[in-house]
Amino acid sequence: MEKLIEQFSFGLFFWQLLLFVGLLLLLRKYAWKPILGAVEKREEGIKDALEAAEAAKKEMQNVTADSEKLLKEAKAERDVLLKEAREIKESIIAEAKEQAQIEGDKVIKQAQATIEAEKKAAVADIKAQVANLSIEIAEKVIKEELSNKDKQLKLVDDMLGDIKLN
Amino acid sequence: MRYSFFSKKLVAVTLLITGFVSAQSHEGEEVETGAHDLKTQIKEYIDHHLLDSHDFTLYSYTTDEGEHKYIGFPLPVILWDNGLKVFSSAQLEHGEGVAEAGGNYYALYHNKIYKTDAEGTINFGGHHGEETHEEDAFGENLVVDDSHPSNEKPLDFSITKNVVFIIFVGLLMFLMFRGVANNYKKNSLPKGVGRVLEPLVLFVRDEIAIPNIGDHKYKKYMSYLLTVFFFVWIINLLGLTPLGVNVTNNIAVTFALALITYLITTFSGNKNYWKHIFWMPGVPAPMKIILAPIELLGTFIKPFSLMIRLYANITAGHVVLMSIIGLMFIFQNWIGSPLSFVLAFALSLLELLVAALQAYIFTMLSALYFGMAVEEDHH
Repeated sequence: MEKLIEQFSFGLFFWQLLLFVGLLLLLRKYAWKPILGAVEKREEGIKDALEAAEAAKKEMQNVTADSEKLLKEAKAERDVLLKEAREIKESIIAEAKEQAQIEGDKVIKQAQATIEAEKKAAVADIKAQVANLSIEIAEKVIKEELSNKDKQLKLVDDMLGDIKLN
Repeated sequence: MRYSFFSKKLVAVTLLITGFVSAQSHEGEEVETGAHDLKTQIKEYIDHHLLDSHDFTLYSYTTDEGEHKYIGFPLPVILWDNGLKVFSSAQLEHGEGVAEAGGNYYALYHNKIYKTDAEGTINFGGHHGEETHEEDAFGENLVVDDSHPSNEKPLDFSITKNVVFIIFVGLLMFLMFRGVANNYKKNSLPKGVGRVLEPLVLFVRDEIAIPNIGDHKYKKYMSYLLTVFFFVWIINLLGLTPLGVNVTNNIAVTFALALITYLITTFSGNKNYWKHIFWMPGVPAPMKIILAPIELLGTFIKPFSLMIRLYANITAGHVVLMSIIGLMFIFQNWIGSPLSFVLAFALSLLELLVAALQAYIFTMLSALYFGMAVEEDHH
């Protein structure tokens, strides 16, 4: 201890104190403040950037979720529409079928009626023609037959015989 | 004999490599002096090396004629002795001459300047019950003597070797950190030396200041903590280089640093801090009275321990290192000297660690004391 006190140099103490405090003040102004300021600014910048990135990520996630939701909704809507369309189609087809059936029946009935009427007319026509032909034939036959007296008489007899039969 | 000659040469070469060039000064004398004298010489050399010096001597040697030669440059001597006296340390001739300034004569004795007469006589006051004797200042100035000269000691404000080195380190730090600071004006990322220094600055901030002082109050202490951390570290590291000068093994230097820590602690102490010193809450009243002086003493002991710790660690490291280097000259054989060299090398590496560790501890404890001073009451 005594040696320490003896070794103590006041001059060195004085210079160390003076120079150190001087160095401290100089460094504070020209080095520490700018360095720490710049570092802090940078750290804040990094922090902000990280936060912004985080926010952007979150937003991105939201957007993705939204679009997924929209897609899902659209799909559901499409499905509903398709289903409806199918139903409509089926109902239209069914209705058309029914209508066709009715119409067809109607047409067939009309055709049948027409056919019946035509048939009747044709039959009537044929009857009339047959009658005319019969008369003409009869006329010719009669003319022939009546040219001969005997024959006329025979005919009358035959005819009379036929009528009896009828 | 041949082997010892070779080993001596080897040691001389290794010394050149390790850079402890100044140890060469003993080489010439080894032949004529015995082993015992060599030991004393080494001890003296170590003592001398640890002391501050008025010259910036790079190395010294002794010529064949026994004349001391010093390679280096003189520094200004500034004395306050009834007025300012300034002269070059060349006049003191490394303790072998008498300087004249303003009608007064000054001479060096054990690296301290004493006022003498024109012949440079050093008077001994006969301390420790020794008989009074005189010794000419021209004689061997390295003799270890417990007696103190009774000559008047003027106040010595000389720009000594250590002061020069403090200025050098200060300039180095200023230029270095100024450069780093200027770089941030252009780039937001550090470049060059800043890449190394910025993590260290951040280390001081994040590992020393914030945990000990707290998130809100650490900022105003950053300048001191950073300055003291880098100052102590750089000066410790440069003290280990070949031409570097030991600064932190001067109690005056560590005292100045510890004093600043003490003053900052004391002036930033809040109400809570002083309450814990003078009227410790939570203990009975009689204990408060007993605790107050203890706590008050504690405020002085804390920076005192800082001063002693730094001084003792660096001094011890250098003494051990130089002793082991000195062992090389004592062994002077093929086994001992290389062993000493390996040991000295390992110890040098350890000293590199100690240099950083002491800077860290000094800064850390300073921050801890500041933290105590500004701590808020949370009872």
